Amino acid sequence: MKAFDPVLAPYIVALPLIGALGLLLLGRRLRAVAGLVASATVGVGFVLGVIVLVQMLGVTEKGGHGREAVVRVWEWISAGSFSVNVDLLVDPLSMVMVLVVTGVGTLIHVYSIGYMHDDPRYSRFFGYMNLFVASMLLLVLADNLLLLYVGWEGVGLCSYLLIGFWFERRAAAGAAKKAFIVNRVGDFSFLIGIFVLSVTVSSLTVSSINEAAGGMTAGIATTAALLLFGGATGKSAQIPLYVWLPDAMEGPTPVSALIHAATMVTAGVYMVARFSPVFEASGGLALGVVAWIGALTALWAALMAAAEYDIKRVLAYSTISQLGYMFLALGVRAYSIAIFHLVTHAFFKALMFLGAGSIMHSLDGEVDMRNMSGLRKVMPITAFTFMTGWLAISGIIPFSGFFSKDAILASAWHQGRYALWAIGAGTALLTAFYMSRLYFRIFEGDLKVPEGVHVHESPPSMVGALIPLGVLSVVGGVINLPGLLTLDHFLEPVVGESEVPSGFTPWILGAIALLAGIAGIAFARTLYLLPGGATRRAALCERFKTPVDAARNKFWVDEIYGRGIVLPGKAFASFCANVIDARLVDGAVNGGGRVVAGAGWLFRRAQSGYVRSYALTFLFGVVVIFSLLVFRVAL
Amino acid sequence: MPFVPPEIRLAGIAPEMALVVSAFVVLIAGTFARSRVNRVYLPALATIGFGASIYFAVSVWGENELQLSDMIALDGFATFCKISLAVFGLLTVWLGSDYLTRDGIEEPEFYGLVLLAVAGMMLMASAADLIVIFLALETFSIALYVLVGYRRRSIEGQESAMKYFLLGAFSSSFFLLGIALAYGAVGSTNLYGNSENPGLAQFLSESASEATGVLVLATGFLVVGLGFKIAAVPFHMWTPDAYQGAPSPITGFMAAGSKLAGFAALLRLFDASLFALRWEWRPLLIGIAVATMIAGSVLAVVQEDIKRMLAYSSIAHAGFVLTGVIATNDRGISGSLFYLATYGIAVLGGFAVVSILGGKDEHRVRLVDYKGAFYEHPALAGALTLFLLSLAGVPVTSGFVGKLVVFGAAIEAGYSWVVVIGMLTSAIAAFFYLRVLVVMYMQEPDESRPPIPVGRAASTVVALTAVATIILGLFWSPLIGAAEDATFFFVGG
Repeated sequence: MKAFDPVLAPYIVALPLIGALGLLLLGRRLRAVAGLVASATVGVGFVLGVIVLVQMLGVTEKGGHGREAVVRVWEWISAGSFSVNVDLLVDPLSMVMVLVVTGVGTLIHVYSIGYMHDDPRYSRFFGYMNLFVASMLLLVLADNLLLLYVGWEGVGLCSYLLIGFWFERRAAAGAAKKAFIVNRVGDFSFLIGIFVLSVTVSSLTVSSINEAAGGMTAGIATTAALLLFGGATGKSAQIPLYVWLPDAMEGPTPVSALIHAATMVTAGVYMVARFSPVFEASGGLALGVVAWIGALTALWAALMAAAEYDIKRVLAYSTISQLGYMFLALGVRAYSIAIFHLVTHAFFKALMFLGAGSIMHSLDGEVDMRNMSGLRKVMPITAFTFMTGWLAISGIIPFSGFFSKDAILASAWHQGRYALWAIGAGTALLTAFYMSRLYFRIFEGDLKVPEGVHVHESPPSMVGALIPLGVLSVVGGVINLPGLLTLDHFLEPVVGESEVPSGFTPWILGAIALLAGIAGIAFARTLYLLPGGATRRAALCERFKTPVDAARNKFWVDEIYGRGIVLPGKAFASFCANVIDARLVDGAVNGGGRVVAGAGWLFRRAQSGYVRSYALTFLFGVVVIFSLLVFRVAL
Repeated sequence: MPFVPPEIRLAGIAPEMALVVSAFVVLIAGTFARSRVNRVYLPALATIGFGASIYFAVSVWGENELQLSDMIALDGFATFCKISLAVFGLLTVWLGSDYLTRDGIEEPEFYGLVLLAVAGMMLMASAADLIVIFLALETFSIALYVLVGYRRRSIEGQESAMKYFLLGAFSSSFFLLGIALAYGAVGSTNLYGNSENPGLAQFLSESASEATGVLVLATGFLVVGLGFKIAAVPFHMWTPDAYQGAPSPITGFMAAGSKLAGFAALLRLFDASLFALRWEWRPLLIGIAVATMIAGSVLAVVQEDIKRMLAYSSIAHAGFVLTGVIATNDRGISGSLFYLATYGIAVLGGFAVVSILGGKDEHRVRLVDYKGAFYEHPALAGALTLFLLSLAGVPVTSGFVGKLVVFGAAIEAGYSWVVVIGMLTSAIAAFFYLRVLVVMYMQEPDESRPPIPVGRAASTVVALTAVATIILGLFWSPLIGAAEDATFFFVGG
């Protein structure tokens, strides 16, 4: 049998990297073709990814083993027995991620050609986008933690650059800074986690860490797992580090779709799944933390989404909430289900972001849902595709979101985590409610747009990207249909099989999930669609004044962080700068410098320029050496 | 009994012979040509010579034997050094051709002498006999004495050549004394030796005798002779004066080639031949290494002339390489080779920029002349930045990797305290490299100066060395691998 040898894998990463270098270095000269070049590098990467996938599926050993390979690109660091190489790990898990990143990435690149068309920094935008794709691919394909960390920081950097792409706007620059700094907190935790694993395992490769995980003490494993998860809470916007993601919506909308919905924010989910043996080894504690943080984040973010009027921010909170579902799945050991939801979410959330972008494109950047309604009549394609996304995230059968969300809830139930299941099911209702609110307000009712705006359907390159994503949102669920194609089975060699209940239970659970979705939609319908909705809304807001106010103010979390962390931090920094650095450190450095310079001036006098004094110094050295040796030999 | 001619195998010195032949060709051709023609085809002839030399060196890669009555070692170590030296020589010739044209001193002797000097340096790397080391030492030293004083109109140049020559002769006498003592102890000057023909290594592998003490004294004098060439303290005093007076291309060539040649002989002599005696000579070299690192770094801080500053920096670098030598392990040897090769490239690049920015007759070599250089010559200043960062050992440059390997080797050998001193002196050294950057980027030029013409060959040298410095800082493993394969001749191999 032919061994699996994915020689094409390095090119998948290299192509967008070359694209990024070319676009960033040659910049303006490539303006005319920048979008095409950037889309092509990612698109070809997707084709290569499919070829590698076909090769992988051709390997049919028992249980799908043998479907992994490590491709050595070059030896990077070699220090004694410790070595880190630029190795790519090609296995079912990384391939799923590669296909999502390149597939959704290609569509978003194509969409951006239309969306960013008039931007003065057009080619730089695509340079950053390509750099992001390359970093993300490196992250998911890395065979060791250090390389993964390179990708991890790379996507963080691109996220920063793209959130602040319109840096002339104060809010954008501030949001970019906020995202970067909040992520820094998570990254620090992640880095310490890498150190812990490096010291414990004395190797950083995925396979050696996962093999060594079984032998770790629960304490070490818990420490390492929680530190890694700390990194995930930053990158994947979970409690307590989710605050950067809503602000990140200041970036161009394709960026929100690609980075802050479909790919980068799922890096934490991927990483936890990748190192699931470490989390398993902690004896339930780390997984419990993951599950509870996930469930609470899902609920918390859904509450804020229901009170938000900015379309993109609703979608941002919804992303945080859906990421919470993924962590909930990871926490109940349903790793492949988490990845399943990651994939379907990438489809429908990227779709809805692009739909939001399409609306903004048409309405001169308007994002407040109170200023628009009835857009379905003028933007039919955007409305129709958006609807598929809405029904998918609301968990309506047979849309993709139903299958993945139902599987998560069923797994939680099966593990006996009924409280988590209840939170998840409640959030499902809430999700259906706030997404229906969004859809009804924007697309249904009488046509209303801000004054002076000429509403129109978006250009072909934009709606062209919406349609494939719409189709995927509808049928994406088939990749894990029991008995048909099963993602679960495909991922089993990497993360183990997810256990799901059998018998009547799944049908009942599925029905409950579906009912929750329908209930949410029905509730939104009475408030936003049916006549008299406005009065009912007002009455409801009056009755629940305190919680509604709290949600509208995002529970004052930003203010609490500002008072509790940022202000003391600034005070401490100013203390360090003005007292410790200016007096202590600078004093020591300047003093040391003066000593060295003084010694230099002193020694320099020996360098008189006379050959005789040089020869004398020389002879002095000879005499010293000779005397020492004679002394040594004589003894 | 029929006469059997001895088998003569020349593969071990073929690279040197190629250079010597092309040196004669260049000198003869130079007498027939006019200076205008010299500009083009003499460097081309020299380039062909270096090309042939590299070809011969590469073709024997992986061979391992003693040739010419055991006088010449043909091994990976020698080959690695020879290829590096040929590259240094090539860069020097290209740089020199522009320099000579600018200063109006185009004479064929320049190329002939560089070729001969490289031949002598190469011989240092493959010499397996003290006498051959001495011959090689003198060959390249005499060529360098002339090259240092090549600027005949410059009083400074004359003075520095004279000083270099006098002190060089002085040090050679100590080296000869060391050879005599070694011969007295062992009865041979060969570095290896076998059961029939004695040699230093063979002598030490047998039981200790009274004569061992004499050999220990001999090592002291051999250290003096080689310490002079690598510019180790306290035999370094010539360095700033010679570096300042020599034409900049030659200064770079000395810093790169002379140091590599000296260290090649030092490594073979101490880490291979006198390995068994390491407990005797190691304290000595440690003392020298520490003194060299400290004095080189501290003295560089107070220099106002960029060439003198780089001279002291080269002294400090000799100390850093010595930490690899005293480690006496495989990583130390391969690390030293890597260090010397990458240091040579960076320092040649640095002096290439200095030589271009110096202008006619090198009248702009003080630090104040570099004020605002970035705004007048952004590319050259950028390249110089890169070279200085590499010399300072900043990551992403080859200099960082070099320091990492030699310091790592010394820690492996148990000499952490030497490495700590190395780190501290590197920190001091960073100061004077960064000072140049501050002057170049953050200060305004004093007055508007006429633009400096930049030759094509010289800018090629700058570009090549800059690219190599970055590439070797990112993808160092191929060169490190080659240095690891570059082992000494070993018996029974």
